[in-house]
Amino acid sequence: MSALRILVPVKRVIDYAVKPRVNKAQTGVETAGVKHSMNPFDELSVEESVRIREKKSAPGGVEDICVISAGPTKAQDVLRTAMAMGADRAIHVETKPDDDLEPLTVAKLLKAAAEQQKSNLVILGKQSIDDDANQTGQMLAGLLGWPQATQASKVEFGEGDVVSVTREVDGGVETVRAKLPMIITTDLRLNEPRYASLPNIMKAKKKPLEKKTLADFGITGEKRLKVLKVTEPPPRQGGGKVEDVDGLISKLKELGAI
Amino acid sequence: MACRQPLTPVLRQLARTTSSELGRQSSRAQTFALARRATKASAASTSRRCFSTTRQRALKSTAPTCQAQSKDDFTSTKYPELKRDERFACLTPDHVAYFRGLLGESGSALIDGVTGEAAADLAPFNSDWMRKYRGHCQLVLKPSSTEEVSEILKYCNDNLLAVVPQGGNTGLVGGSVPVFDEIVLSLGRMNQILEFDEVSGTLVAEAGVILEVADQYLAERGYIFPLDLGAKGSCQLGGNLSTNAGGLRLLRYGSLHGTVLGVEAVLPDGTVVDDLSRLRKNNTGYDLKQLFIGAEGTIGVITKVSIQCPQRPAAQNVAFFGLESYEQCQRAFREAKGQLSEILSAFELMDEGSQALISQVTGTKRPLESTYPFYCLIETSGSNADHDSEKLQAFLESVMEEGVVADGTLAQDETQLRSLWTWREGITEALGHLGGVYKYDVSIPLAQMYQLVEDTRTRVAEAGLLGDTDEYPVRAVVGYGHMGDSNLHLNISTRRFDARVEEVLEPFVYEWIAERQGSISAEHGLGLAKKKYIGYSRNPTMVGLMKQIKGLYDPKGIMNPYKYI
Repeated sequence: MSALRILVPVKRVIDYAVKPRVNKAQTGVETAGVKHSMNPFDELSVEESVRIREKKSAPGGVEDICVISAGPTKAQDVLRTAMAMGADRAIHVETKPDDDLEPLTVAKLLKAAAEQQKSNLVILGKQSIDDDANQTGQMLAGLLGWPQATQASKVEFGEGDVVSVTREVDGGVETVRAKLPMIITTDLRLNEPRYASLPNIMKAKKKPLEKKTLADFGITGEKRLKVLKVTEPPPRQGGGKVEDVDGLISKLKELGAI
Repeated sequence: MACRQPLTPVLRQLARTTSSELGRQSSRAQTFALARRATKASAASTSRRCFSTTRQRALKSTAPTCQAQSKDDFTSTKYPELKRDERFACLTPDHVAYFRGLLGESGSALIDGVTGEAAADLAPFNSDWMRKYRGHCQLVLKPSSTEEVSEILKYCNDNLLAVVPQGGNTGLVGGSVPVFDEIVLSLGRMNQILEFDEVSGTLVAEAGVILEVADQYLAERGYIFPLDLGAKGSCQLGGNLSTNAGGLRLLRYGSLHGTVLGVEAVLPDGTVVDDLSRLRKNNTGYDLKQLFIGAEGTIGVITKVSIQCPQRPAAQNVAFFGLESYEQCQRAFREAKGQLSEILSAFELMDEGSQALISQVTGTKRPLESTYPFYCLIETSGSNADHDSEKLQAFLESVMEEGVVADGTLAQDETQLRSLWTWREGITEALGHLGGVYKYDVSIPLAQMYQLVEDTRTRVAEAGLLGDTDEYPVRAVVGYGHMGDSNLHLNISTRRFDARVEEVLEPFVYEWIAERQGSISAEHGLGLAKKKYIGYSRNPTMVGLMKQIKGLYDPKGIMNPYKYI
C-alpha cells in the first residue's frame, strides 16, 4: 500500500462558544475583536490524521500531514494549533481580511494544492460553522475525480489502498469502501480532539509554514454569489413567571389556551 | 450561524454520545440542538465554568431526597449534645395565621407544615445539599421586601421564635439549615437587581439574586462580579456576603470585605440597618456593614447589597500543568507572579487523587497524556489578547525549559478553556457523587500547605481505614485549592459512614492547623460543622468580643441559634 500523504484543510472561524452579532450594515457578522479559533470539524480532521499515524492504522504508514488554510494573517494561529496537535507542516494562503472565498474557489485551490503536494488523502471537516455550506469536500472530489466518503464517524484501512468509512445515516450507519486517492469529510463522533501539549505547542513554532497567495495556485477569487442581506433570527419571545397554580390557570385562560 | 449558542455544550461531549440518540445532521441547527439535548442527558457529568446554572440542582435530583433519609439523619440525632433551647416558643397555628396575614395566602410566600402536611415541600429547606444536616423546620417564610423581613423578625423576636436565614442553601458547614424547629427565612423571592451605574460599576441588588444571574447581567454591560464560585448557579448574594465567600476570583479582585460598598440588613428587633452606601470611600465612624459580612446570619439578615464591580476582562487564557512535586508547584507560583503579574487571575492547585476521581465519575478524557502528582491551573485576564498570550507564551516556555513543570497544555479555544476549568471546579461535585465527604477548608502558610494532606493520608492509612476495596471506609484523601490564596481544601472521600474515620480526623486536623497558626475555615465559615473548633483559630478574648456583639444586636438569641456562636 502506498504511504499516505494527507492534506488537511483548516479554517479560522469565530469561536464556537462566542455568540456572533450581525453588523450594522447587515452585510455579514462582526468579526473585529471577536475570539476566533479552528473550525471544530477541522479539529476532528487534524486529530484523525494524527491518530492514523500514531495508531499505525494505515498499512503503508503516514508519510506527511500537511495542513492548509486560506485566510488573513491570523489564520496562521490555527495552523500552529494544528501543528501543535501533530501535523508536520503548514501552508498559509494569504487573502485580504474581508475576502470571503466561496466553496468552489476553495475547492479549486485545494485541487491545485493536493496535486502540488502529491496528496493521496484529503480529510476535510464536513462544513465550517460560520458559512455552513457543506460543499467544499464534495466539490473537491468532483474536481479531482476522486471517490468521496462524507460525514465519517469511523475510518479504517485495508490492504491494497482500500479505505472503509462508516457514516451515520437516518436510523443507523452505512459503511462505504473506496480506493485511494480519496476524500473524507468528518463528522462529530469521529474522535475526540486532543489538547495540544506545551512541548508540542513549542515544537510547532519551529515547524515549516509556507506562505503563498491564491495566484501561486493559479486561482482568482471570483465571486458567483452576492450576499444581499444578513439578519438575526427573530428574538425569542420571553416567558413569564407565575406565582402559583392559580396564577398559571388564570394566565392560561387569559391566553385562551384553556 | 444563528444557532450558535453561547452556553451550548461542547462538541467533544457530543462525540461521545451514541448514534441512536442522533439522526442525520445535515444542518448545524439540528446538530447543535441535538448536542444540547444529548449533553443534558449526560447531565451532571459536565459542569463547566460558565455553564453551571443547574449544577447543584442537578446534583439534588440525582441524590436521594430527604424523605428517603432515615430518621437517624436528623442533625439532632447525630449530635445528641445539641439540646433545643427551651426559651424558644413552639410554633402554633396562631403564629402561622399572623405570617399568613403578613405575607398573603399564596403558597409561594409561605410553606406551612404546622397546620397542614407539607413535608415534601419543606424537605429542601431542612437539609443541606450535601445531605449532612437535617432539621425539623415546620415553617418556611419567603418575604418579598425588606419591610416584610422587618415585620417577620420583629414578631419572631417578640414571640421568641428562632429563625434561620437561608439563601441558595449551598453552604458546606450546615450554617443555613435549621437544627430543631427554627423558622426558615428564605430570601429567594427578593431577587431584583435594583440599579447599576455603568460608569462607576456599582451594582445594587436584593439579597436573593442568584450569583450567576448577577454576573450575566453584568456581562451584558461589560462588567464582572468580583466573586465567582462553583455553586454560582444556585447561591445567592445575601448568602455570599453572610458567609464572606471567597472563591475563584479572590486572587484578582480581593475579598468581599473590600468589594462590598454597602449593605442593608434587618436586626432581630425589626430595625432596618440602612448602610447601602454606593461610595468607595466613606470614613465616617465604625464600618458596621463589615459585621454582617461573614456573620453567617447570627446578628441580622442581609436584605440588599451594594458592590463594586470591575471591568470584565476582554481576553482570558487558561493553562494547565502537570508537576512532579509540591515544591515545583510553589516555584511555578513564584514564576507566575513574577512573569504574569498584573494579568494573573487564578492559580489553582489539584492533586492526582482529585483528578483521578473526576475522571472516574465523568469518564472525560484527561487534559494531559500522562499522570503527575500535582496539577496547576493558571488563568490570565487582561484587556489585550495579543499582549497576554505573548506574556503567557514566554512564561510557559521558561517554566518548561527550567523543568518546573513536566507537561502542560494551553487552551486553544473557548471550549477548551471551559473544559479545563471543569478539572478544578468539578472536584466538589465529583466527590459528592461518590459518597460522603469530610471537607476541611483551611488556610495554612503556603510552604506547608500540602503537608496536611500527606499527614492526614498517612494517619488514615495507618489506622487501616484507607484502601481501594469495599472493606475500607475511606476511598481517598485528596487536596486541592486556591494556591494563590494559601487556601487548601482537604477532602476525605468515604464509602460509608464510619465513626472511626471522624475520630482519626478530628481533632487531629484542627490541632495540626493550630500548630501552624492556620485558619480552620478559610472561606466556608463555621456553621454547625466547625462550631466546636473555633478555639483553634480564635483566642478566648476574640470569641468573647464576638459574643458581646451577638448579645448587643441579638439579645434574645433568636438568629441562627445552635451554630458557632
